[in-house]
Amino acid sequence: MKLLKLSRGRLYPALEEPLSEVSLEDWLDNPQGHADATALKISNDVSLASIRCDLAGFSTIILEFPAFKDGRAYSQARILRERYGFTGEIRARGDVLRDQLLFMARCGVDAFEFTGDADGANEALKEFSFAYQRAADDLQPVWRKRLDRAAAA
Amino acid sequence: MKAVTGNRLDDGVVVYLGDDDRWTSDLSAAARFEDGDAKDVLAAAQKRVKEIADAYLIEVDDSGAPAGRETLRETIRKSGPTVRLDLGYQAEA
Amino acid sequence: MYRYDEFDATMVAERVAQFRGQVQRRLSGELTEDQFKPLRLMNGLYLQLHAYMLRVAIPYGTLSSKQMRRLGEVARKYDKGYGHFTTRQNIQYNWPALVDVPDLLDDLADVEMHAIQTSGNCIRNVTSDQYAGASAEEIEDPRPYCEMIRQWSTFHPEFSFLPRKFKIAVTAAPHDRAAVKVHDIGLILYKNEEGETGFEVIVGGGLGRTPYVGHTIRKFLPKKHLLSYLEAILRVYNLEGRRDNMYKARIKILVNSEGAEKFAEAVEAEWAQIKDSGIDLPREEMARIDAYFAPPVFEKLSDESAVLEEKKASDKNFARWLRLNTFAHKAPGYAIVNISLKPIGGVPGDISDVQMEAVADIAEEYSLDEIRATHEQNLVLPHVKKDDLYAVYAALKAVDLATANIGMVSDIIACPGLDYCSLANARSIPIAQRISERFADLGLQEDVGELKIKISGCINACGHHHVGHIGILGVDKKGEEFYQVTLGGSGAEDASIGEIAGRGLSSDQVVDAVEKLVGVYRERRQGKERFLDTYRRLGAEPFKEALYEAA
Repeated sequence: MKLLKLSRGRLYPALEEPLSEVSLEDWLDNPQGHADATALKISNDVSLASIRCDLAGFSTIILEFPAFKDGRAYSQARILRERYGFTGEIRARGDVLRDQLLFMARCGVDAFEFTGDADGANEALKEFSFAYQRAADDLQPVWRKRLDRAAAA
Repeated sequence: MKAVTGNRLDDGVVVYLGDDDRWTSDLSAAARFEDGDAKDVLAAAQKRVKEIADAYLIEVDDSGAPAGRETLRETIRKSGPTVRLDLGYQAEA
Repeated sequence: MYRYDEFDATMVAERVAQFRGQVQRRLSGELTEDQFKPLRLMNGLYLQLHAYMLRVAIPYGTLSSKQMRRLGEVARKYDKGYGHFTTRQNIQYNWPALVDVPDLLDDLADVEMHAIQTSGNCIRNVTSDQYAGASAEEIEDPRPYCEMIRQWSTFHPEFSFLPRKFKIAVTAAPHDRAAVKVHDIGLILYKNEEGETGFEVIVGGGLGRTPYVGHTIRKFLPKKHLLSYLEAILRVYNLEGRRDNMYKARIKILVNSEGAEKFAEAVEAEWAQIKDSGIDLPREEMARIDAYFAPPVFEKLSDESAVLEEKKASDKNFARWLRLNTFAHKAPGYAIVNISLKPIGGVPGDISDVQMEAVADIAEEYSLDEIRATHEQNLVLPHVKKDDLYAVYAALKAVDLATANIGMVSDIIACPGLDYCSLANARSIPIAQRISERFADLGLQEDVGELKIKISGCINACGHHHVGHIGILGVDKKGEEFYQVTLGGSGAEDASIGEIAGRGLSSDQVVDAVEKLVGVYRERRQGKERFLDTYRRLGAEPFKEALYEAA
């Protein structure tokens, strides 16, 4: 397993510091017993509506992509960023393919357990200059750019 | 009896594994295997990922014609659409 | 119609470049077929029985002459000289080589076309009323909203790996030509009692293994909230839709297992959280897109055309074509022309390169440069002057595109079936051809009147058999083709799912069966009843009896 972290639009290989992981279920069951956990692992079939806790205690949230086709965690990532305002690291684990990195990044994932080649991963992030819709990243949707351009003209 | 078939990677056309281990467009020239051996041959063929998009086994009779449950489907693959006789391998025959 | 600006053009060009790289990685062996398959599918590239198949998007069915001409050129250059129009207003090429597809896509991008999201578990090409912008029936042109949905859904980062494919249709007319009630989301634009226009939102319709007519989850959605509301629906579906069984993964299963009310509550709760988060387009951008669909400048004409009347009186075949293939236009002196892609005994939806180019020329000269594709696998010239109708008819006739059978028994929807498709269990096209030949007499067809026959070669129901007045489903019984008949379906505003008539029939029997069903109808119909009306009045019994008597 390799770890790539996103920083200012680029992916860099990162050291794999050991995380102290706890699953959401275990943590909700017994928060005191997991006081030293640094990473919260959320499986993709739980509703985030059940999280009534302070996520800021975790440096990392791990989201699962058990198969490339299983896209539930894209929504989870956005909800964590946009609704719960989580500013720590969101890490994608599982079947993480080069051609999905851009989508994941746009949904707020900024660390990837990725077995492929880092150069290819960076190329994949740069394949599109624009986006049509707003997401969890800071990319301006094209309609905003159109408005800005019209205003400038 | 079984034969190995697939669609060629670069253009998608139907091919069969021939006796010389090369792909052929002619089912009657395809190698035929006993059911027991066919699995291993298929496994080897499936590793040739740069040549074919996929590979699977089909049932053929002693003359090398499609047989069994998928006779119609494999006859159409071997020949071409039944509604366009000018297309597919049947057009070249 | 919509024209790309530099942003749209860049996005499409970058997509082709991306796919070129993916194809290269596949050919070099860097990607396995399993890894490549989802990538090619999201670019509309399937592997069928004989070859690859490329499905090209025609957003909401609208095409310019230039685009149609290019589709013809592509058919000649990269395929075998023809294309196939589908029930999603798209076109499919049946024989492109993988190595050529990136170049083919570049050729399409030149004319602002693409194959983005024409397959895969993502939001597919949005479909609409083929008469949009031309019919007097509609509240307003639905296509600006289709274009907004197209842009919003293109490369949507959250919704590219949904449980299953997702189809949206939009109409703005009381007469539903877009089958909105059998889509994952159907949108009907209408004017409420306060005089505002907005959408009725219908969710969870669909065909396939478990057909459902959709449920209205919101009676009135203001137009400005369209995208945020869609995003809420998609998010609930992406998180809650089943992923353990592909046959239960469509949104219709979620909606119908939970109940539409509960689903609606979940959507409303999600929407409340996101509706003001900057998903919806600002008014200026909506106006910008709207402007592309401003009605063309129609000449001020009398609604009567002397030329037309004269030709109608002197040419019986033309008169019939006029009755069956043209439709009232909103501008006086204009008509909407349907081009049937169902010649007697032909392959439904197929069109040659030469015919495509002819249609392009005709549209350029006579239809303000516009063409539409219909979900019933035909084409439309939306804006033809009545004075020009005879010239258009003659030009279409010259390329064998003037069959007068729109909505008739030979205007059959048929999926490609086992002649092409790797999922099919039985052939569809030959059944369509034989029914068409059996009813070859156009006078007889007109006497029978509106009768929608829809044929699918497997339970996935690409041929919409569940909503055929007569539906035919091909099944495989121990290696032999059999056909199951359903009766009483409709995909229009009176949507209903057809009922299975009884045991499966052989391919010979099924053609006879249609004749028998038509026989019952002609004997028992009252007044101006259509086949469907008579069926609904009488119930299935007399039809079943005729079908299975001594069969």
